[in-house]
Amino acid sequence: MPDNASALQLVLSGDPALFSIVLLAMIVSLSAVLLAALIGVPLGALIALTSFRGRDGAIVLLNTLMGLPPVVIGLLVYLALSRSGPLGAWGLLFTPQAMVIAQTILVAPIIAALSRQTIEDLWLEYRDELTAMNVPWPGRVGTLIWDARFSLITALLAGFGRAAAEVGAVIIVGGNIEGHTRTMTTAIALETSKGDLPLAIGLGIVLMAIVLMVNALAWVVRRAAERVAG
Amino acid sequence: MTDLPIDLDNVTIAVGNATMLDRVTLTIAAGAPTVLIGPNGAGKTTLLRAAMGLVAPMRGTVTWQGRAHVPPVRRAIVFQRPTMLRRTTSANIRYALRAARIARGGHDEAIERLLAMVGLSRAADRPARRLSAGEQQRLALARALAREPDVLFLDEPTASLDPASTKAIEDIIRAVSQRGIKVVLSTHDLGEARRLAGEIVLLHRGRIVETAAASGFFESPMTDEARRFVAGELLV
Repeated sequence: MPDNASALQLVLSGDPALFSIVLLAMIVSLSAVLLAALIGVPLGALIALTSFRGRDGAIVLLNTLMGLPPVVIGLLVYLALSRSGPLGAWGLLFTPQAMVIAQTILVAPIIAALSRQTIEDLWLEYRDELTAMNVPWPGRVGTLIWDARFSLITALLAGFGRAAAEVGAVIIVGGNIEGHTRTMTTAIALETSKGDLPLAIGLGIVLMAIVLMVNALAWVVRRAAERVAG
Repeated sequence: MTDLPIDLDNVTIAVGNATMLDRVTLTIAAGAPTVLIGPNGAGKTTLLRAAMGLVAPMRGTVTWQGRAHVPPVRRAIVFQRPTMLRRTTSANIRYALRAARIARGGHDEAIERLLAMVGLSRAADRPARRLSAGEQQRLALARALAREPDVLFLDEPTASLDPASTKAIEDIIRAVSQRGIKVVLSTHDLGEARRLAGEIVLLHRGRIVETAAASGFFESPMTDEARRFVAGELLV
C-alpha cells in the first residue's frame, strides 16, 4: 500500500523524470505506429486487391510476422545499426530513432495483416459496384481504405497496443539510457529490478491510463463517425 | 458516342459445371424498355451482367455499337441488392458523379435534382446504409442515373419491395425511359413486365425461348414455355 500511495503521489505531483519518460515513450510508439500505418495499410490493400503467384504464402507469412518476438526484432535491428552492421554509418544505435525503427518493424505486419483482411472483405462487397462505375484502380484503393477507416482504426489500435507494451526490442536498440532512450516499459523493468517500486507502479498506472485513453478516444471518434457515415 | 445497339452473338457463359447462358443471341436497341422474364436461374442476371460488360463470355461475343471491350462509361446498372457506400445519401451520388468524371461545378445541382427525382431529398444527409430497402433501391437508381447513361440495366429492381416502394421505382423507370434512356430490366413478376415492357425476352435454363413486342407476347405467345409462363404455370 505505501508503494501504491507513493506511486499515485508521483503521478499526481507531475514528477518531471516520470513525465519525460512518458513523453518519450509516446513519441516513439506513435511515430512507429504512424510509419507502420504508412507501410502496412497500402501493403495490406495491395495484397487484398491483387492476385499473384504465391499470394497465399504471402498472407501466411504476413500473419506469421504478427507474432514475431520483439527481442528477435531488437537483435536484428541492433545488428543492422551496430557500428560493424550495414547501417552502422547512420549512427542510430541507442537513439530514439533506432527504437522507432524496431517498433515500426514490429507493428507494420500487424497493421498490414489486419488491413488486408478488412480491405479484402470490403472489396468482395464493393467489387461489382466499383467495376460497374468504371472506377480506376487507384480510386478503388482509395475508396476501400476510406470506407474501411473505422475498422482500420482498430488495426492501428492493435499496433499501438503492441508498440506501447513492448520492452524487448527497445531495450536492445535503445539501451535504456536515462533521459535519452528510457521509455515506460524499459523503466518499469529497470525500476522493478532495482526495487524502486513506487516509480515502477507509477509508470504502470500512467501506461495503462494512456492506453485506455487512446482506446476510449478512438471508440468515441468511431461511434461519432459511424453515426454520420453509417 | 452511344453504346447502343448492344449485340450478344451466340454468347455462352458457364460457372463451374453450370451453364448460365447457352448460345444466346440478342440485340438491345434504343426504344421502350426491354424486360427479361423467366424463373429463378433462367440466366436473367447473367445476361444483364454480360450486356453491361461485367462478365466476359466463354464463347460468342458482346459488342457495343459494333465495338468490343468498351468500358462502361455510357452504361449503368442497379444490382438486385445494391451496395451502399459508407457515406451519406448525397455523398453516394457525389461519388458516382466523380467516377463518371462529371464536371465538379455541376455536382450540387445534379445531386439536388437526382434526390428530388427519386424522392430522397429529405434523406440527403442520412447514412445510406441506414435507409430502408426501398430507399436504398431508389438511391442506387439515382447513383446509376448520375452517370448520365445511354442504357440502364436493372436487376429485379422491385424484388422484395412493398407495393408503395414498387410503384415509386416503376414511376422512376417510366420517367427515365421517357427521357430516352434505354432501360433493360429483369423480373419474374409478370405484372411488372406488363406494366413496363416494350419488348419481352423470355429466358429459361440459360436460353432465350421467345423475344417479342410486349403486347404480342402477352396476347399470343408463340412457344409452349411462353404460353405456360404467361398462364402462371411454373417453369422448372
